[in-house]
Amino acid sequence: MPLDSPLLQHLARRSEAIAIPLIALAAGFILFALFLLLQGQSPANYFALVYKAGFGTAFSWQNTLTRASPLILAALCVALPARLGLIVIGGEGAIVLGGVAASAFAMFFPGATGLVGLLLMGASAAAMGALWIGLIGLMRYGRGVNETISSLLMAYIGVALMNHLVEGPLRDPSSLNKPATYPLSAEQRLGSLPGLDIHWGLVIGIVSCFLVWILMTYTRWGFSARVAGGNVRAAQVQGLPVGILIVGFTALGGAFAGLAGMVEVAAVHGTANASLASGYGYTGILVAFLARHNPLVIIPVAVLLGGFEAANGLVQRRMDLPDATVLVLQGFVFISILISETLYGRIRLFNPEHWKITPATMRENS
Amino acid sequence: MTTKKRLSRRSFLKNSAGVAGMVAFSSSLLPRLAQAKDLTVGFIYVGAKDDYGYNQSHAEGAAAIKKLGGITVVEEENVPESVEVLKTMESMINFDSVDLLFPTSFGYFDPFVLQLASKYKDLRFEHCGGLWSPEHPKNVGSYFGYIGMGQYLNGIAAGHASKSKKIGFVAAKPIPQVLLNINSFLLGARSVDPSITCQVIFTGEWSLAVKEAEATNALIDQGADVITCHVDGPKVVIETAAGRGAYVCGYHANQSTLAPEKYLTGAEWNWANVYTNMVQTVQAGNTIPNFHRGGLAEGFIKMSPLGPAVSDTARKQFEETQAKILKGNYAVIQGPMKDNKGNLIAKAGESFVETDVALESMDYLVEGVIGSTSS
Repeated sequence: MPLDSPLLQHLARRSEAIAIPLIALAAGFILFALFLLLQGQSPANYFALVYKAGFGTAFSWQNTLTRASPLILAALCVALPARLGLIVIGGEGAIVLGGVAASAFAMFFPGATGLVGLLLMGASAAAMGALWIGLIGLMRYGRGVNETISSLLMAYIGVALMNHLVEGPLRDPSSLNKPATYPLSAEQRLGSLPGLDIHWGLVIGIVSCFLVWILMTYTRWGFSARVAGGNVRAAQVQGLPVGILIVGFTALGGAFAGLAGMVEVAAVHGTANASLASGYGYTGILVAFLARHNPLVIIPVAVLLGGFEAANGLVQRRMDLPDATVLVLQGFVFISILISETLYGRIRLFNPEHWKITPATMRENS
Repeated sequence: MTTKKRLSRRSFLKNSAGVAGMVAFSSSLLPRLAQAKDLTVGFIYVGAKDDYGYNQSHAEGAAAIKKLGGITVVEEENVPESVEVLKTMESMINFDSVDLLFPTSFGYFDPFVLQLASKYKDLRFEHCGGLWSPEHPKNVGSYFGYIGMGQYLNGIAAGHASKSKKIGFVAAKPIPQVLLNINSFLLGARSVDPSITCQVIFTGEWSLAVKEAEATNALIDQGADVITCHVDGPKVVIETAAGRGAYVCGYHANQSTLAPEKYLTGAEWNWANVYTNMVQTVQAGNTIPNFHRGGLAEGFIKMSPLGPAVSDTARKQFEETQAKILKGNYAVIQGPMKDNKGNLIAKAGESFVETDVALESMDYLVEGVIGSTSS
């Protein structure tokens, strides 16, 4: 017999957004386990290796968190426009160009070192990313260009532009067989967290997620964006500045992707080169969708995926599985998450009405 | 168990690095010397192990040392030149207790191999293609082969086979190693017929199948009838060119099975030989030189067996030139020579032998190559 409890009603409403992604995640894992069985491999063995190499030792955690940090920033580039109902999948372009902007800054202002230098370097990378993805928002608002297609195509252009700059105008002539920009000096590099083998990019990512959460939850702009994301016409009728919202949120998303590029240059590579295009922008899409574009959920999801990627090598070596294995897993999870989107509002258990005693239910129960 | 092996080897190395007289003193060292041969070796590839190219050539080398006694090999493929390779190496160190690492892609060297080598000073890192210099960590070595000579021999086979006197080269990026291969290919062909020209198309990426196919088709459309390439996996180029009826010269590994009739020969890496020597050096307790180079004579590279389309005159010139190269100090770039923009690159009487370090910073295409280094 249902209880008339406001608490249960509240729980039912809130738990839907948690339970459905978890169920989808589990379904993805089960499908993947079946796939492994079909390959004659033990799923238990697989998950044990993932635990060991992703979360089992101090090294594993540092490995996982290092891999998670670019994913967090890349996911914000998807999550922010998604609040307006825009699917931007071209964060990769903003990452690589952000990296180029950071290295160009370091090259033209070698005297800008320390915290101020890093902040300015980050700002130039963020500005570059904002420009790149903001342009996609502008095309969407001004000309009705589909942002999914244009962002993907712009990502290809971004990578080509990066290659051109790195192999041409910005090239360090002494980088013979792998064209790269001039290396950053030691004072221009972003170091590791004290006592850990994890760079500051992780902290930058986590702080960014909290800032975006505050923006979305507690500000007028966040509220306006959610209204516009729900119904653009209604938002326009209410007099909300939809154009500014679209350009602003895509640009802000791009800024975080650009920042991810700066972290790659300043903490990992030390130069901008072709390796900047290593697919973080695309894995970021998966992270954002798994987190249902909630900036705070992005953090644990990125850590989870980072763990799977960290374990990928050990899985390859111990189980003799190809490296694409983790892609199969990601594919299964992504599809289950997309399918699970159709479940919202359909499961009675999560409907507060189900837990409410109305005259009708009282009659039924009597 | 593997940890124990590594410890014994490490302590062995430490001990042996001490005074030589200690050997006589330490009787416990002798039985260890016999056991110290157990090694765990890690190989890391940037692409797939079966790409018919660069990565396959290294994987074949790894397969060869698996057959040696006391060797355990761990491998990982498709590892990008980013923080991923850093973590892959560290994962092999932590979970597989490797003693010796072969990160085989050029872009792994700086900063990743250098960074980790300073952290794990008692492990050995052997990197393919890098330029080790004395300021780098002493536990890092870089090795590479003079494969330009192989492309020169390819060019001789191509020069004899070409009827249109136009040959084609599909290249990844205009970097020194690639430019040397293109120039060598043309100069080999010109040693047969000085009127031959070679058109080059740069795809811009090391592995980009669609562009490689487009480039191959474009070269053949413009009349080239022998094609070779320098991309990570030559499979697409070889199959596309042979499918269009052109002759092909291989690169990196033996691709003759992809085009048995049209395959003339190929410039292959001989990593099986190089890796066997390197691993046996370490097993014997000796040190591999930090800067390790070799060519055809040293068994760093080899040529694929000549295909059925190679004529007897071609075979004769090929074998004669190969014999000269095997003697050493062979120079492909001999003055007077101009680049394809008319600048003098070698004065009369000047020549650059295969070991010349100047060749490792080549930035020109020689006269007769149609194409530009600024892609």
